Amino acid sequence: MSTLTPILSAHWNEADSFTMASYKRHGGYKAIETALKSTPDEVIAQIKESGLRGRGGAGFPTGSKWGFIPQGDNKAHYLVVNADESEPGTCKDIPLLLANPHVLIEGIIIGSYAIRANHSFIYLRGEVVHVFRRVQKAIEDAYAAGLLGKNILGSGFDLELTLHAGAGAYICGEETALLDSLEGFRGQPRLRPPFPAIAGLYAMPTVVNNVESIASVPSIINSGVEWFQSMGTEKSKGYTLYSLSGHVANPGQFEAPLGITLREILELAGGIRAGHQLKFWTPGGSSTPMFTAEHLDVPLDYEGVSAAGSMLGTKALQIFDETTCVVRAVLRWVEFYKHESCGKCTPCREGTWWLVQMLKDLEAGKGTEADLEKLLDLCDNIAGRSFCALADGAVSPIISSLKYFRSEYITHLTNGGCPFDPVASTLFETAGA
Amino acid sequence: MTPEQAVVSVETVSAIIDGLEVTVPKGTLIIRAAEQLGIAIPRFCDHPLLAPAGACRQCLVDVEINGRAFPKPQASCTMPVENNMVVKTQNTSPVAAKAQEGIMEFLLINHPLDCPVCDKGGECPLQNQAMSAGRSETRFEGEKRTFEKPINISSQVLLDRERCVLCARCTRFSEEIAGDPFITLNERGALQQVGIYENQPFESYYSGNTVQICPVGALTGASYRFRARPFDLVSVNSACEHCASGCDLRTDIRRGKTLRRLAGDDPAVNQEWNCDKGRWAFKYLTTRERVKSPLVRGSDGELHEASWPEALAAAAAGLKGKRVGVLTGGRLTHEDAYGYSKFARVALGTNDIDFRARPHSDEERDFLAAVVTDLKTSYLDIDKADHVVLLSFEPEEESPIVFLRVYRQVRKRGLLVTSDAPIASRGSQKLNATLVKSALDISGLTSQSVILVGERAAEVEGALSAALELAQSSGAKLAWIPRRAGERGALAAGALGNLLPGNRPVADSAARVDLQSAWGVNSLPTTPGRSTAEILSALNDESLDAVVIGGVDPMDISVDALNQLLNTFVVSLEISHSAVTAIADVVLPVAAVIEKSGSYLDWRGSARRFDKGLEDAELRSDVRILSMLADEMGAPINLPTVSATAREIESLGSWDGAKPTMNKRAYVAPAVEEMTLVSWRFLLDLGTLQLGEANLAGTAKEARAHISSATAATLGVTEADLVVISSDLGSIELPVSIREIADNLVWVPRNSAGSQVIPSLGFASGAVKVAKR
Amino acid sequence: MSLTDKTDNFSEIELSVMDTIIARYPKSRSAIMPLLHYVQSIDGYVTQRGIEVIAAKLNLATAEVTAVSTFYTQYKSEPVGEYHVGICTNTLCAIMGGDAIYESVCDHLGIKKDQTTADGKISLERIECNAACDYAPVVMVNWEFYDNQTPASVNELVDSVRAGNPPAPTRGPSQLRTWKENSAVLAGLSDGLAEEGLQAGEPSLLGLHIAQGQGNK
Repeated sequence: MSTLTPILSAHWNEADSFTMASYKRHGGYKAIETALKSTPDEVIAQIKESGLRGRGGAGFPTGSKWGFIPQGDNKAHYLVVNADESEPGTCKDIPLLLANPHVLIEGIIIGSYAIRANHSFIYLRGEVVHVFRRVQKAIEDAYAAGLLGKNILGSGFDLELTLHAGAGAYICGEETALLDSLEGFRGQPRLRPPFPAIAGLYAMPTVVNNVESIASVPSIINSGVEWFQSMGTEKSKGYTLYSLSGHVANPGQFEAPLGITLREILELAGGIRAGHQLKFWTPGGSSTPMFTAEHLDVPLDYEGVSAAGSMLGTKALQIFDETTCVVRAVLRWVEFYKHESCGKCTPCREGTWWLVQMLKDLEAGKGTEADLEKLLDLCDNIAGRSFCALADGAVSPIISSLKYFRSEYITHLTNGGCPFDPVASTLFETAGA
Repeated sequence: MTPEQAVVSVETVSAIIDGLEVTVPKGTLIIRAAEQLGIAIPRFCDHPLLAPAGACRQCLVDVEINGRAFPKPQASCTMPVENNMVVKTQNTSPVAAKAQEGIMEFLLINHPLDCPVCDKGGECPLQNQAMSAGRSETRFEGEKRTFEKPINISSQVLLDRERCVLCARCTRFSEEIAGDPFITLNERGALQQVGIYENQPFESYYSGNTVQICPVGALTGASYRFRARPFDLVSVNSACEHCASGCDLRTDIRRGKTLRRLAGDDPAVNQEWNCDKGRWAFKYLTTRERVKSPLVRGSDGELHEASWPEALAAAAAGLKGKRVGVLTGGRLTHEDAYGYSKFARVALGTNDIDFRARPHSDEERDFLAAVVTDLKTSYLDIDKADHVVLLSFEPEEESPIVFLRVYRQVRKRGLLVTSDAPIASRGSQKLNATLVKSALDISGLTSQSVILVGERAAEVEGALSAALELAQSSGAKLAWIPRRAGERGALAAGALGNLLPGNRPVADSAARVDLQSAWGVNSLPTTPGRSTAEILSALNDESLDAVVIGGVDPMDISVDALNQLLNTFVVSLEISHSAVTAIADVVLPVAAVIEKSGSYLDWRGSARRFDKGLEDAELRSDVRILSMLADEMGAPINLPTVSATAREIESLGSWDGAKPTMNKRAYVAPAVEEMTLVSWRFLLDLGTLQLGEANLAGTAKEARAHISSATAATLGVTEADLVVISSDLGSIELPVSIREIADNLVWVPRNSAGSQVIPSLGFASGAVKVAKR
Repeated sequence: MSLTDKTDNFSEIELSVMDTIIARYPKSRSAIMPLLHYVQSIDGYVTQRGIEVIAAKLNLATAEVTAVSTFYTQYKSEPVGEYHVGICTNTLCAIMGGDAIYESVCDHLGIKKDQTTADGKISLERIECNAACDYAPVVMVNWEFYDNQTPASVNELVDSVRAGNPPAPTRGPSQLRTWKENSAVLAGLSDGLAEEGLQAGEPSLLGLHIAQGQGNK
């Protein structure tokens, strides 16, 4: 049985957890002092060695990303934090920033120092005003404390930090779209190469990291590589935030070593909501192929989830019980991707338009079994054909649901409509029962 | 590949495409390497002159490098060829073929089935590639996306969003090539669409190119809409008569009527672009003002239709034995200008000929003869320049393809641009040009630098000398870029008082003898000829008796010009009725560009020949008419056809003897007045070759008086007010634009609606009074 | 350009705020998004004068500004209510009650998505996942969190908003601010309310509490 490891969330239960006073009370901003005594390359080496991997979905090793930045090139470098948390089911960075923005700022200072950036940005999705307030206040306080600005803590290192609000576009979570958006353009993905490490923000070497990845850095500096490596599995080191939501007795955030299973988390959290059974779930947001009860014991690390045919993604564990119509769930996700498709490339723009129409018909019981083959063929013409991964995410719920619940699609057709009562899946129905 | 790349030895890479080896310069994209093997990969967003986008995904192919295959098909329009690369296109990879079919299917689900009424039908890349890469039956049973049918995004371009495949060629062109991002992709996802901002239409001088490169019928030109099917058109090669940039054009004709003109492909000049004037200003051919038959002024004082023999006899009678001057304008081809030049010397026995139907100077005449005839600067020099200097020259207004070439380098590598303009035009702003007072303020040029001098330099004494001095002292390359298409050819043809054809100086007896023997004449006039202004004043004071005028608007020269012609014998060779034909004694109709063959010399001095597109026995080239007239006068010039003329020019060659030297003048800064008017012409204005095309005229820039905020404050005006600009002669009234400009200057367009400077004020620049209206 | 200075439509103070926003960035164009938020804080939506002032300030073509403003769903091309209510109807919230909440509040207000009540108080939007799935079903008002909603609670919420005494957000400031006021915050103009409200809701603390129970604090 894995145990929980509250590290980022260790002090969220204190009412002033978001203040600098609270953060410092619990040892905050000590890691900077340690890091500034090392050389930037030593910091990069330390993060590399720790095995920290990107917590935003792709799982790319953070230290390697930092190491790609050319050094001594006399160019401006930038660290950009991706706080555009928008993947359906994903809800870890927003509570983290609400409860403790300072841990991110400390991570940014260390990361910027390591990659020799003197200006960093936080790209925060725009639909969370109170989080914006908290982060902005934390930045102001950090400036006031001499932790940002010129000659930080007398080290000679300068860093400006700018908070930037998005304005409602899921695609801006894609790092090159984020950079275009931050530069004041439509948030559409860029052609790669060049990669951001060579030509990112303003065509300068740039690292884009997820909030949780950067927030994990101070703990590694403070407690050491060995400590971090002592958690997790062989290739997925450390701890992470798992977000449990949906038809469970108790939804919420769980900080645990990588490799914990859903069964373990459910046991800790009190299981599926009373009187119901698990039907399907996503391991890391809607873009990750869905799992069923047969995957309860899949280790939730990068390799384990991948071996079982999905992706760890953002560790957004969305749980659906047997009252949920999978066709309805999938349709709604695909509608999301259609709404959020940036429009740049044909398969995503036109494909999601078509998929939504087909799924609506199927949900309404219109069509034949041959339409399921057509649906899969369209998915085949979209997946891996688009400019970025958004469209891959759009087809993944379709393909995975047809893999596990094909008969349910057919039932819609034979039934001439959806056989489920939508009221049964609502929370208040249970509450009122 | 540009010619520039061709001459430099470049690193190459080799790959296998569909089993065939290809070796290409490093950096070549797969899609283009495939073209070299004759393998056509379907595409929409790809365009060789635009940055790769990878947006439409139509060109997906399978790729492996060093034996390792990419897990999914790659866009061949974005991936450069590498060594040890194996590419399988739709021809050899079922995965690539299916991927392409899938994309085609997606592109078609929302595309309307209106090919039968679409202008693009028959020459549509979507239609063509749907036939080759698409499935015959649709699988789409849903609802198509609909938009309001075509909307005008300018008076000359219409947008049908339903047909658009969102390849972004148009928006990328507008931003990357023209620097006019007035059309953009708006909205998102399936609702993404091309659009303008509601209060700012797509008024770019280059907007027509987007119609040409649109791979579907989404963008159409108002003037061609619903007019023809491509398979009913006959295409002829054309040269553009509208400026000295030298564009290659294609003219499409159906049943004796010009229906459209398109940019041709000349990598060394216009690449695949042209400007909207070149594309759409051809209706002057068919306006009601067109001169249809010869006219002779009768004893009643009115012009009457006459037969050619009658008209030629009347003209010959009025010219023979008289002291005659010759004035020619900018529309003349090289061959026509040669005709006038030879006609003046042989039939009229005079050097009184000048092609400069605009403000000019003696300094300029010397500069043309001594300097311009030798200049070899080209577009490639701009491509390689470390610094481009613009002197009395606004490339976007006065030679728009030169502008594109400079802009490309500014965008690509931050090319340094300096201009002596008194105000930053939109073109200057796009070029990030540094403004200086004059050539005297410029330093730091090298042999890699390029100085482009415009015809308006003649308006400031010493400006051309200063430009020459700047070039000589720095080793920078120099070019003289007149506004009109015919001027450089007229210079080569000797349509100038101090030059004979082939750059032979009038003053050089050896040059004259050389020409005499070539022409088979006993003598040539030895006195250097008068300039345009001198000819006019000689006509006025009767030291000249008559004048032959071809293609001149007197208002381009001076306000007095027309008056000076009133009491003299005028023979006018003209396309359309004008102020000159109105007072002429004999009017001889001439063919316009599409009705004749010929060539123009562009600003580089390079010839572009063009073919006759329309047959009309009544319409002859100027040179043919002059030859008939010379015969009638008993002094033949033997130029019966354009091709005979071209052969004669060719055999005459260029003078290799001593050249005249330039007598440099000291630069005289324009006098500082309390208020001085400065001006140049907009590309789209009241020019006679723009007659009859309202859609084009609708995109012309609005005439405003540009003054500084201090001047505005002094006058008590805002941008909502009008000012009156007046001279002793008259005034113009214009709305105000407050800009960065010296407090004692007011800038206005020279020949726009409401702002015809020379006719209204009597000059193109000088002291004026400005007051609030 | 003919569309010269539209800047005189805005007050001197507003124009100087725009300059301070622009000054945050190494390149001015980056300021386009906060400037659009700022225009919404003044005009309530992206007005023509707003587009024109941004184009003038950033030296862009107006089309370049509309290209950006129409890409992002938070920028509104029509006026919205003083209180803009977003019902999450992405999959998880929809299934757990978001769809029912949306239908019920539509009936209750007599408007549908992207419409505003006649009194201008409330507009409705179906929103995508707002990163609060452990608080589903979620409703946002002026982009403040109202967690764990039901059809009845949302009807009550909009009633009290219209009555002028909206309840405080679940995780947000002590008092609900207007659409324009919150737009100013997104433009980076602090309203001093950062320290109000909860640091974390119960679901955010669930793992921590269980861990404390496990004894490995």
